[in-house]
Amino acid sequence: MEMPLPDSMVLGAKARIVAGLRQILPADAVIWDEAETRAYECDALTAYRCPPLVVVLPRSTEEVAAVLRLCHAEGVPVVPRGSGTSLAGGALPTADCVVLGVARMTAVLDCDYDNRFIRVQTGRTNLSVTGAVEADGFFYAPDPSSQLACAIAGNIAMNSGGAHCLKYGVTTNNLLGVTLVQMDGTVVEIGGPYLDAGGLDLLGVICGSEGQLGVVTEATLRILPKPEGARPVLVGFNSNEVAGECVSDIIKAGVLPVAIEFMDRPCIEATEAFAKAGYPMCEALLIVEVEGSPAEIDEQLALIKAIALRHDPVEFREAADEDQAKRIWLGRKSAFGAMGQINDYMCLDGTIPVSSLPYVLRRIGEMSRAIGLDVANVFHAGDGNMHPLILFDANKPGDLERCEALGADILRLCVEVGGCLTGEHGVGIEKRDLMGVQFAPEDLEAQLKVKDVFDPKWLLNPAKVFPLSVTASRRAA
Amino acid sequence: MRPATEAELAEIIAAATGPMVVRGGGTRGIGEAPGAVLDCSGLSGVALYEPGALTLVARAGTRLSEVEALLAAQGQRLAFEVPDLRGLLGRQGESTLGGVVAANASGPRRVQVGACRDSLIGVRFVDGAGTVIKNGGRVMKNVTGYDLVKLMAGSWGTLGVLSEVSFKLLPVPEAGATLILHGLSDQQAVAAMAAALGSPFEVNGAAHWPGEGTFLRIEGFSASVAYRAERLRAHLARFGAVEVEPGTARWPAIRDVAPFQDRAGDVWRLSVKPSEAPEIVARMEAEAVLYDWGGGLIWALCAEGCDLRGRLGPFQGHATRVRGAGPGAFQPEAPAVAALTRGLRAKFDPRGILNTGLMDA
Repeated sequence: MEMPLPDSMVLGAKARIVAGLRQILPADAVIWDEAETRAYECDALTAYRCPPLVVVLPRSTEEVAAVLRLCHAEGVPVVPRGSGTSLAGGALPTADCVVLGVARMTAVLDCDYDNRFIRVQTGRTNLSVTGAVEADGFFYAPDPSSQLACAIAGNIAMNSGGAHCLKYGVTTNNLLGVTLVQMDGTVVEIGGPYLDAGGLDLLGVICGSEGQLGVVTEATLRILPKPEGARPVLVGFNSNEVAGECVSDIIKAGVLPVAIEFMDRPCIEATEAFAKAGYPMCEALLIVEVEGSPAEIDEQLALIKAIALRHDPVEFREAADEDQAKRIWLGRKSAFGAMGQINDYMCLDGTIPVSSLPYVLRRIGEMSRAIGLDVANVFHAGDGNMHPLILFDANKPGDLERCEALGADILRLCVEVGGCLTGEHGVGIEKRDLMGVQFAPEDLEAQLKVKDVFDPKWLLNPAKVFPLSVTASRRAA
Repeated sequence: MRPATEAELAEIIAAATGPMVVRGGGTRGIGEAPGAVLDCSGLSGVALYEPGALTLVARAGTRLSEVEALLAAQGQRLAFEVPDLRGLLGRQGESTLGGVVAANASGPRRVQVGACRDSLIGVRFVDGAGTVIKNGGRVMKNVTGYDLVKLMAGSWGTLGVLSEVSFKLLPVPEAGATLILHGLSDQQAVAAMAAALGSPFEVNGAAHWPGEGTFLRIEGFSASVAYRAERLRAHLARFGAVEVEPGTARWPAIRDVAPFQDRAGDVWRLSVKPSEAPEIVARMEAEAVLYDWGGGLIWALCAEGCDLRGRLGPFQGHATRVRGAGPGAFQPEAPAVAALTRGLRAKFDPRGILNTGLMDA
């Protein structure tokens, strides 16, 4: 992965930059020792690493603004970081950058059930937002699988989704307002505890901008009343095509499950060996979850069962109690861990039109055989967000390169059938060089113009999202 | 000027020598901008409709009525409940999808399913230099690059002219019911609506029409609607008797602000923190108000030319004058936000020819 050459002027000014940062932050909030900055050399895309020049861990919007003002004046690139769980390399440092971590900003600032919002500092983890309100019967809906660790700041930067966004939407649909600090230190308040901020939808473009437009230090999030209950069913099929048709028929029938998860045979076999959830051995498996009162759940599941039975499933498994429900989810929730046990893997994130599911799965199978690397598929079928896991051996020379080549081909396939490169993980550095597959030069130029407005000097997370060749003139300016 | 294709639209804009007023069906525009009319209703036709994927792609000039009929035949709909403001604004004509998006037009169901911008998954548009740009697509989850889809929704044609829009859809539920409480003060009504919206019974409409009643809507499968209606009735018992009316027939009147349609005066639309709504209403001395979104949306009827923002002073939210003459239809922005807005306009419409000054305070 090509990254820009570090700015030698910045490298040479390290002592001055550190001294400046230490003047505006407490001593424990500035990390510049090389042994310690190494802890920030990568995020969850561990194949790429680079220790930053300095790491700062501010505790307030004011401190963030002071750091950014200083870096702006010195011309130092800044890489914002939440919890470092990005699978796309969104928080990968460069040698000449200041990593600005929000991990110490975890406070709940306001919690208002009458108006159904919570305001938090963005270093707070996703799950602990729900944790702050669940005793009172509320929850925060977006639920990325890293929710125990991932920070709201990163969720906003990547517009994170999760298993339950079929019903509740992704981060952007649950974000009411932000405090954004621009690269020059300007603090902007956008939106708040009301719906649809006035003027242009700046909130909409900030969410998902991968830390390139500003550092979001506080966020107003919509919270929802918890449903009375939820229950999954598991349906096994003898072909991917039939499972895909079943998904489509459920959606057409007017049921709105909170989640429809799909696993193919390689994924079922691997998770079964690891988690022993008792899944049927079949070509494709759906987990469908619905919500409501017990009677409402019964009614929806009866309808789903009638639809599923029309597709001749090898198994239709219902959950009689909480324990059985947990077992249905067990395999799915351990899928990534299971893969990690048997292999190194690369997790893709393309989205496709639901109608293309059987075709895409067939093509992935063919491509996988041609290149000689196994692919297991586990994904959010209701919204077409695929997570093909390409298995490889990092110690085997050439495997990573073949894996990346196959990954790129699969993402090209997603775009070819009318989908996109990434549904919820973000572009980061991982999909940066594929942006030209999905977008024409004019489409990319329009996005670059947005960054020009928010960060004219191109100092915020500058080497991400767009191909380096496309941004070269701006980064050099 | 009435282009029939995206290419013609791009040519017209590239060749323009002066400002243009961007128009879809002309049914919901607000504010004033100078110039020749750019009529987008010729960019018409559904490009793709996949009921099994809950996806629709259509040219921006496609009539809303045509799309609604197409979806209804498959038991689906645009979830965000597009208001029909012709009665309120005294307009004729046919609303277009592009106009709906440009206005981010969203009705009572906003509280549950989000606004138009939340259902919008893709756009194609022509910017002020005549360049065709696409963003988003036809899939429900997409974080590839910046989200210009949201930016275009509610931009009132000031960043570019939409040529194609894509939506995710939802099924039309089997049944619906309306719960009605009578005789509540504005404060009590907002409290009752907060209690309802904070319950797990999936209320997707919460409006207070002073003098008429406080209305809550639930939709879903029949047995589920009956169950939730009963649970809600019990949940709201402290606010008084709750009448349960089958169906949802009274919601279009709320969505379209029917109570103001035959009355003279300026009409304002305010987005506020719901619990602050009654106090804001008390300050604004309106002739009539209608609360939607659990109090988060206030429709206010005031005397012509009234300085509503002056009466209100600072509050959390924003006020837009949707009916009435003169400048200042849109809420002034804080300086730092206004600088970003100006910057984006200058990039996307460098000559300042698209709905010039429309959204300026």
